[in-house]
Amino acid sequence: MDILGAQLVNGLSYGLLLFIITCGLSLIFGILGVLNLAHGSLYMFGAYIAYSLTATYTQSFWTALIVAPIIVALIALVVERVLLRPTYHLGHLSQVLLTFGLAYVFHDIASFIWGSNVLSITVPTALAGSFAIFGQTFPVYRLAVIAIGLVIAILLWFVQEKTKWGAIIRAGLSDKEMIGGLGVNIKLVFTTVFVIGGLLAGFGGVIAAPVLGIYPSMEFETLILALVVLVIGGLGSISGTLVASILVGLVETFSRFLVPELSMFLVFGLMAVILVAKPNGLLGKQVAHS
Amino acid sequence: MSMDNILTISSVGKSFGGLHILKDISLEVKKGERIGIIGPNGAGKTTFFNLLTGDLAPSTGEIYHYEENITKQPNYKRARNGIVRTFQKNNLLNELTVLDNLLLVLQRKRGLGRVWYKPRGARKYPGLYEEADELMNKWGLYHQRDIVVKNLSYGEQRQIEILLGVATEPSILLLDEPTAGMSQSETDYIVDLLHKLPRDLTLMIIEHDLDIVFGLSDRMVVLYDGGVLVEGRPEQVRMDKRVNEIYIGSGDEATC
Amino acid sequence: MRNTYVQFLVSFVALAAAPFVLSLFHLNLLSEILILAIFALSLNVLVGFTGLVSLGHAAFFGVGAYTAAVVAQNVSADMFVTLGLAVAGSFLLAAVIGMFCIKVSGFYFLMLTLAFSQMIYSFIHQSTNLTGGSNGLSGIPRPEMGSFIFGNPVLIFYLVLAVFFVSYAVLRMIVKSPYGQVLVGIRENETRVKSMGYNTGFYKYSAFILAGIFGGVSGALYTYFNGFIAPSDVYWTMSGTALIMVLVGGAGTMLGPVLGAALIVVLETIVSSYVDQWMLVLGLVFITFVVFFPKGIVGIGQSLYKNAVKKKPVYEKKKSRAA
Repeated sequence: MDILGAQLVNGLSYGLLLFIITCGLSLIFGILGVLNLAHGSLYMFGAYIAYSLTATYTQSFWTALIVAPIIVALIALVVERVLLRPTYHLGHLSQVLLTFGLAYVFHDIASFIWGSNVLSITVPTALAGSFAIFGQTFPVYRLAVIAIGLVIAILLWFVQEKTKWGAIIRAGLSDKEMIGGLGVNIKLVFTTVFVIGGLLAGFGGVIAAPVLGIYPSMEFETLILALVVLVIGGLGSISGTLVASILVGLVETFSRFLVPELSMFLVFGLMAVILVAKPNGLLGKQVAHS
Repeated sequence: MSMDNILTISSVGKSFGGLHILKDISLEVKKGERIGIIGPNGAGKTTFFNLLTGDLAPSTGEIYHYEENITKQPNYKRARNGIVRTFQKNNLLNELTVLDNLLLVLQRKRGLGRVWYKPRGARKYPGLYEEADELMNKWGLYHQRDIVVKNLSYGEQRQIEILLGVATEPSILLLDEPTAGMSQSETDYIVDLLHKLPRDLTLMIIEHDLDIVFGLSDRMVVLYDGGVLVEGRPEQVRMDKRVNEIYIGSGDEATC
Repeated sequence: MRNTYVQFLVSFVALAAAPFVLSLFHLNLLSEILILAIFALSLNVLVGFTGLVSLGHAAFFGVGAYTAAVVAQNVSADMFVTLGLAVAGSFLLAAVIGMFCIKVSGFYFLMLTLAFSQMIYSFIHQSTNLTGGSNGLSGIPRPEMGSFIFGNPVLIFYLVLAVFFVSYAVLRMIVKSPYGQVLVGIRENETRVKSMGYNTGFYKYSAFILAGIFGGVSGALYTYFNGFIAPSDVYWTMSGTALIMVLVGGAGTMLGPVLGAALIVVLETIVSSYVDQWMLVLGLVFITFVVFFPKGIVGIGQSLYKNAVKKKPVYEKKKSRAA
């Protein structure tokens, strides 16, 4: 019982971590129409930069938590301005291929700077202990990840439903031509959304580092899980992404614990089943055709 | 479902979410008949076509092709059985030549679509290329034979659109605004072309230009707000008060 | 027509002479190019001809390679058995995965193929007893044909060459057939092709299986060639490399994937001998092609050829007739 409770917390925290990463991917996909295959690389940069900051410069996890996502957001800004903006005329598919090429480039840049050893960040002291509820102990850090994920979910929901920016994004998700019709600078919207996506990816990287570790190819593992979440959750709804993230997090964690040989198999199996039953994802509106 | 009816449409409706685009439409189409469908924008004309061709599934009602219930039949099967459409917006294989577009239609008609072991070529498929050339000659489009579709003008593409529809020798051809977006001379050409279609070909035509549609149709159906407002002979429809009201009322249709 | 046969014959003779001219190192490089060219050609059926961009083609390569390896080690090294079962394995896999993937299009197709291939990867990676896990399988017996053993790199090369030419000829025949033209139609405009009366689902599904089968063939050849197979050959980077080969060479052409495979393999050999950052170079090359040469090497060749021909009056004549 004790272990199951701990696994539940692990699964939830992993799920919400996936949520933080995937909602950026989903936003970019929804608004720009580009499936950013370098999204995992941005997540990886978040983790590695946080490592450098905590290991050498500031020693403070909290500074890294603020600074690393901002640096990643700046990288995202450069990517959008230099690579994506001049190539919108090539079409979405070509742009996806560009981000794919970029993932290769980023992979080698990371291994060039940080080497190929497994690195780690220690959990900050404030969150290092464990916490007892109902006679069970849980690591505080995992609980904190859950809390942060939920806060981000609520924040995003609030922005999307209650603010002018949210209205623009919702309009963009259902009908891209409408953004232009609203008299909004569409290029600015694209850049902003891409940067926010980068920020979230970087943030996810920092948060993930103490629990998942930092190693080459971490970006691809996470990217693929994020894609699975995207498919399961369906496009265009934060709640769908949230439900799917938690589902994938729980399935992954529990299957890893109970039947380790089949863990990835079960996650993809889940995706296949959901896709057959609900082709648009759990809460998605419509499968986007490129 | 009389044998004379090529299509029997029975209480067909379509809604998206809570929005009723089409409600309770019934219509019988006789073999060889030419039916003009008019109505203001948003009346559900194209949606109606989509239901007939199987591009959309109706929410209610049933559709019969002769005596066969085709309500749930996928669009490609209906096309094979002779219910063929043209599209409101040019919907061609833009990177291929006119010939290749046409060959794709003709090879299907000849049941060659799944032949994988013999490269396509005039000598290997006797009759196929000749038929394509003949068709292009007949419609005066032979000079465009080897031109890639995207390099044709909009109006020229529109002609190919109709050519592809006719090429399958359908039992009923659904024309969705064949003259949309064309110049006067191009429109004249298309109208001329439509008049030259074999008289036993059943036609349904959505058209904004009322003169064209009155000239072509044996019978008219006026769709308004998702339902049939008026149905009758062109003269009757032309005189109908309600029809005049919606056209003068909205103003945008009769003029364009 | 005759021209095609002549071209085939000339290139076959030229390649068959390679072992007499090339060093062992370069001969092996050529074998590798031909194997990966089959792999890229098979992916091109989906990406280039049907317009379905898959990022999971390594699954078929891997299943073909591992099936050939496991069978050679445990059952029989006879080429007909190993290759036959490799084809059967990749066929089955494609038949199952295809049912899911064909239902979606665009990026969803890309994501699904990627996810399924990672599923195969993790299966191979984790079933240590069968596949050797992360260590892979080594010491795989060389393929045999009756009592004849393909025991040295030259014989392997001829085997690869023969399979390459057969695969090329078969795929060429298929994409030029009426069936293949329907695939091209689906790439251009699936809605239209449907309304022409084609059951596009059948065509996409069969194209998926066709691509899977030849992907499996290339995997089996890879096992013959290397005598060794590791999970990294099933990893998504393998799918990515194949996709890059197709697009850099020229998607939707027969020659493109072959040239793409040649360029990438040669480039990798050269770059890797100087620096470790091969993925970086590959990424940059790929980005350059996507932005500046979207039609790949074949496209560059065609526009060079066009420019050369343009100066001749023949073109003017054609143009005026067309107008």
